Amino acid sequence: MRLQLSPELEAFREEMRTFFTTQVPQEIRDQVASHRELTKEQYVEAMRVLNAAGLAVPHWPVEWGGKDWTPLQHHIWREEMQLAGVPEPLPFNASMIGPVIATFGTQEQKERFLPKTANLDIWWCQGFSEPDAGSDLASLRTTAVRDGDDWVVNGQKTWTTLGQHADWIFCLVRTDPTAEKKQRGISMLVFPMDSPGVTLRPIELLDGTYEVNEVFFEDVRVPAENLIGTENDGWTIAKFLLGNERVGIARIGSTKKMLAQAKEHAREMRSNGRPLIEDPRTAARIAELENELVALELTALRVVANSADGKPHPASSVLKLRGSELQQAATELLVDLAGPLSLASFAGDGSEVPAWARAATPHYLNYRKVSIYGGSNEVQRTIIAGSILGL
Amino acid sequence: MNFDYDSEQNDLREAVRGLLARAYADSEQRRSVVATDPGFDEKTWSRLAEMGLLGLPFAEDHGGMGAGPVEVAIVAEEIGRVLAPEPFIETVVLAGGLVAAVGTDEQKAEILGGISEGTTIAVFAHAEPGTRWSPAAEAVTATQDGDGWTLTGVKEPVPSGARADVLVVSAVVDGGTGLLVVRGDAQGLTRTSYRTHDGTRAAQVRFEGTPAVALGSGDQTAAIERAQAEARIAYSHEAIGAMDTALRTTAEYLRTRKQFGVTLNKFQALTFRAADMYVSLELARSTALWASMVQDAGGDVVSAADRARLQTSRAGRHIGKEAIQLHGGIGVTAEYSVGHYTSRLTAIDHLLGDGDWAADRLAADVASYPTVDPLGAPYA
Repeated sequence: MRLQLSPELEAFREEMRTFFTTQVPQEIRDQVASHRELTKEQYVEAMRVLNAAGLAVPHWPVEWGGKDWTPLQHHIWREEMQLAGVPEPLPFNASMIGPVIATFGTQEQKERFLPKTANLDIWWCQGFSEPDAGSDLASLRTTAVRDGDDWVVNGQKTWTTLGQHADWIFCLVRTDPTAEKKQRGISMLVFPMDSPGVTLRPIELLDGTYEVNEVFFEDVRVPAENLIGTENDGWTIAKFLLGNERVGIARIGSTKKMLAQAKEHAREMRSNGRPLIEDPRTAARIAELENELVALELTALRVVANSADGKPHPASSVLKLRGSELQQAATELLVDLAGPLSLASFAGDGSEVPAWARAATPHYLNYRKVSIYGGSNEVQRTIIAGSILGL
Repeated sequence: MNFDYDSEQNDLREAVRGLLARAYADSEQRRSVVATDPGFDEKTWSRLAEMGLLGLPFAEDHGGMGAGPVEVAIVAEEIGRVLAPEPFIETVVLAGGLVAAVGTDEQKAEILGGISEGTTIAVFAHAEPGTRWSPAAEAVTATQDGDGWTLTGVKEPVPSGARADVLVVSAVVDGGTGLLVVRGDAQGLTRTSYRTHDGTRAAQVRFEGTPAVALGSGDQTAAIERAQAEARIAYSHEAIGAMDTALRTTAEYLRTRKQFGVTLNKFQALTFRAADMYVSLELARSTALWASMVQDAGGDVVSAADRARLQTSRAGRHIGKEAIQLHGGIGVTAEYSVGHYTSRLTAIDHLLGDGDWAADRLAADVASYPTVDPLGAPYA
């Protein structure tokens, strides 16, 4: 057992910290830190800065821009990025479809898609969930029927995050409705969002933003060459992709940043004539959250430092579950610190209420999502109970 | 950075586990041991000494093994796993730690040598009725008397206080809290032993002009604070061992116990609660392992101990209470093991400071830094 990072890893951490805090535009990082929505252009700019330095897709195969890092290096890269307020590489590109094409795609598909995916020349979105197939993804009903050299797609997807910006969609479709098990007979197709027959309808969220969408397909013709992997074997790809989706989902660096912000705001806010941070109850609440976060960070380090043999560490299932709970707790803390100021959520720029306090409630409400997406926390508990405790 | 035990540490763990598995093969064996004084098994104590475990952290010059906090943590976790009632942490980590920190070479050779050999049980007599978890003494006073000292006042509860051959006593002296050594057969020493809820023993220890020898000189609050911090870390590991068994016992029960015609693990309400117990356990385990590494690296052990204490306290309460609830009525019977785990976890929580206490200490400092970096200064 050894506590310290090796000198090489210390240097690596410093290198990451310096890059993220000096090379990614301050304006973009401020936007992330204050939990305001990024524009598409800001996302693209940030990802291209990372990609130019070879830091956008380090977990891809080296041939396609990956870095061959250790799990601990990946962890440090992600944490430092979050602490610096750098928007993470678009997950649909970097963590989801990129690794899928690199693993299951043909050589032609790799050459066609991977460089543009790494550079965000193509903005991808995910067509997985459907109105009756959320956590129970295998129940999906969108169909693709072969017609000559094309697949003809009909159906509906939902919760398509940032689909309004997307150029292409990767989509799970049912290609064999007669398959005995519902996991069988599913395939993955990719196609442009401006294909005839694709309609996107934004869904307004509680915080007033449009982050997710419904996508409807009506006789959308997709060329046969846009099938990823093997026909009717899409569930294998889906499981591979969902495994990647959960990597880094604990977002410890991001929560750490929120707690640091909470302390700053608690110094500025006054309650009963003294700074709120001096209120013992507030200070204890921050201390408890901070300690939970230390425990989670150490657990993440335990998992990444001990995952050399390629098998997932049992404690890794704790990360998504507790990570999402702590993200939510931090956003809740910020709302409570703002107190009455938090009601000014939609006040204009003329408001005397500080920006953080105006953003607090929308952010808190928006973050109810983190215990739902990426496999809801109930799904995570099922996994822990079943595969770890044998229940 | 690495959270894995090396091969020697794994061997140590297997050896301790083997020894304790023979001594406490089932909960009946532990029940019969704690039913009679001194509340632990002297033979098991001797075997721990033979294996070198009672001298683990002490310098070889003083009869010890010269091992580090990680090895101590390994033993503590195995003790927790079977609820071995032997006063390992009390004697080796707390009382022994104080002697190692501030004793003269002569005191170290004698007391630490005796502890290592298994012939001396030493405990720290510190708690006083009416105060809690302070590193300072308030009611017991020490007065210089020629070359020696005399003690007056009452310490209670003192874990294993009546069985101890040597008492390390904290007392009010000029300028703060001093430390003194008292022999179990000293004049003017009265000890009244009783059972504690977790089956161990504690005592009221009364000093009436009791002769004592100084351990170090002047105010020893800092040494006490540090030894208590190291003991808190060791107790955290004991708690991890106990929580691990409590969770495994509970999972086994859910797999086998039938109600309404099916095993309990068919009820999602129950399996989800077990899953949450696992989350609590693993987060606490990470923090306790880290605290031992901080101690080993010479970092800020007091703050690390507070962090481990807070995390294991919350986890211990959660897992202890849920273990009983998920068992149902059998969980509160003395015949069944799981309730004893809850009882011991509750005792650990109250020995040197509970979760709220640790949270308050961390809160007092929370405004003075932006973020915690468990790998950075002051920890690494």
